[in-house]
Amino acid sequence: MATPSNRTNSPALDGLRREQDAPTAWIFALPALAGLIFFVLAPFLLALFLSFTNLRLGSPLPLEFTGLRQYTRIFADTAFLRALQNNTVFALMVVPVQTALALGLGLLINQPLRGMVVFRTLFFTPVIFPLSLVSVIWILIFAPGPDGTLNSLLQWLTLGAWEPRDFLHDPRLALPAITVTSIWQGVGFQMVILLAALQSIPAELYEAARVDGARKRQQFVHITLPALKNPLTFVILVTTILAFRLFDQVQIMTRGGPNHATTTVMYEAVNAAFGSQQVARGAAMTVVFFTIVLTLTLVQRRIAGQERASS
Amino acid sequence: MRCGNVFARVAAYLVLSGMALVFLIPVAMMVSGSLKPDHLVLPEAGRLANVVPAKPTLDNYRDVFARVPFARYMANSIFITGTIVFCGLLVNSLAGYALSRLHWRGRKAVLTGVIALIILPLEAIAVPLFYEVTLFGWRNTYLVQIVPFIANAFSVYLFYTFFLELPEELEEAARIDGARPMRIFFSIVVPNSQPVFAAVAILTFLTQWGSFLWPLMVTHSESVRPLPLGIALFYTLPPLQWGDIFAFGVMMVLPVLAVFLLFQRWFVQGVASTGMKG
Repeated sequence: MATPSNRTNSPALDGLRREQDAPTAWIFALPALAGLIFFVLAPFLLALFLSFTNLRLGSPLPLEFTGLRQYTRIFADTAFLRALQNNTVFALMVVPVQTALALGLGLLINQPLRGMVVFRTLFFTPVIFPLSLVSVIWILIFAPGPDGTLNSLLQWLTLGAWEPRDFLHDPRLALPAITVTSIWQGVGFQMVILLAALQSIPAELYEAARVDGARKRQQFVHITLPALKNPLTFVILVTTILAFRLFDQVQIMTRGGPNHATTTVMYEAVNAAFGSQQVARGAAMTVVFFTIVLTLTLVQRRIAGQERASS
Repeated sequence: MRCGNVFARVAAYLVLSGMALVFLIPVAMMVSGSLKPDHLVLPEAGRLANVVPAKPTLDNYRDVFARVPFARYMANSIFITGTIVFCGLLVNSLAGYALSRLHWRGRKAVLTGVIALIILPLEAIAVPLFYEVTLFGWRNTYLVQIVPFIANAFSVYLFYTFFLELPEELEEAARIDGARPMRIFFSIVVPNSQPVFAAVAILTFLTQWGSFLWPLMVTHSESVRPLPLGIALFYTLPPLQWGDIFAFGVMMVLPVLAVFLLFQRWFVQGVASTGMKG
């Protein structure tokens, strides 16, 4: 982390400048700091606090400390456990597929061929579509019966052998359907990040490798992949966290069903806090969510740190 | 060798065109569905040949306005997102400047705190924030959809890193001439920092424009609700008329699509910058 450069280098002058700057600096920083304290830090601390209580909106019961009871309850709740499982399964499907797809598209578009900007525009366009709109469009694609877009496409591909399914009401297919929808909307974002990393690799590196007689595959392994390591770990982290934030698609496409097959941690938390006014229970769920995000971030930092140390 | 090159080129175009279809078809279905009579949208959803409507009609667009306050949703979305983007640029850039350029006690501690807050997504605090704004009596207002999202730790961080790399000479010269920091910031720093302002504006816009979870929790009147909630509710509003829903979708996305196509370079750079700084 760099620090403000001060060309003065003398402690006395630096001290003087610090006194001059201090009031202005606080005025500059205060609005943002106030916002972050009131609407990010305070709610976060409040979540920790509330998760150890019995708070319910509109409840006549006095506020009580209940220790870990909210946590023992949610971890005994089959719907919440199913939500954790669904988020994990969703992440395990979305992260590899979306990252590989983003990388593949990025590599293809990075070629010096004509018309690549058009493809980039096309693949990025769904990113500007709100997830709620994307969900509604894909409900029609997944429509049951032979008229549904996907069903009829699969029938055509299998020469009529495909039995039409009701994707969003099938406990085995609902989560994969949401996965496809999510990848369609999000892959362009990751692609653009990886594409920027690809384009920042100096062309001389490839030229030198070619002069040395390195094949395409060797160039990819020894030049491209090392240059992509950090952006790739970043993309994987962001996609994993996004996978645990899953909510909009579930709320619109399946409402957590059928039979909790697509419920998620956030869906359960919102329903607890908002649907049944159990704020403390919802808070405990978001603390679990935060713990997962924090763990993932620390793991990514460690991996990125090791790479930096080893290179 | 030459032959292999041509083959690779053709293969690349084939794969890209196949993928392009996957990305185009859902969008084409929405546009075509919006121009068809409601009862034809679902039965024709499975036949690619029917993407071009036999008898295009604008009835669905008229129906949207008759059935829901579309203009209100649109105005709300523009007002809420616009205010967050504008105030966010101002507040977060000032904080980023204070952290990168000014010398003050507490700078390091504040910087560490801001960076730590980056990993807290809205979802992690949605429930207690919901409780907090309930205590404030803010539910079902514009305020509750705007104020909590103006200050943003990641935006502050993006500004901070950008200002660090800005050459300091101009600012120093102005300083020696006696210009105050506020003046230096607005007349020298801001005009020279277009890329970061564009990036933060676009990232903020993309997250806020699609915002769904939060307005779902804190609003209950159509008068303050934004578009993403509007289309979700419209979908659940009987009778289920696909033509109307898609007309809503087209009108909802068209203005943004136009802005995106005009300023595509900025969008791409803005998104790419998250990867560079992450």
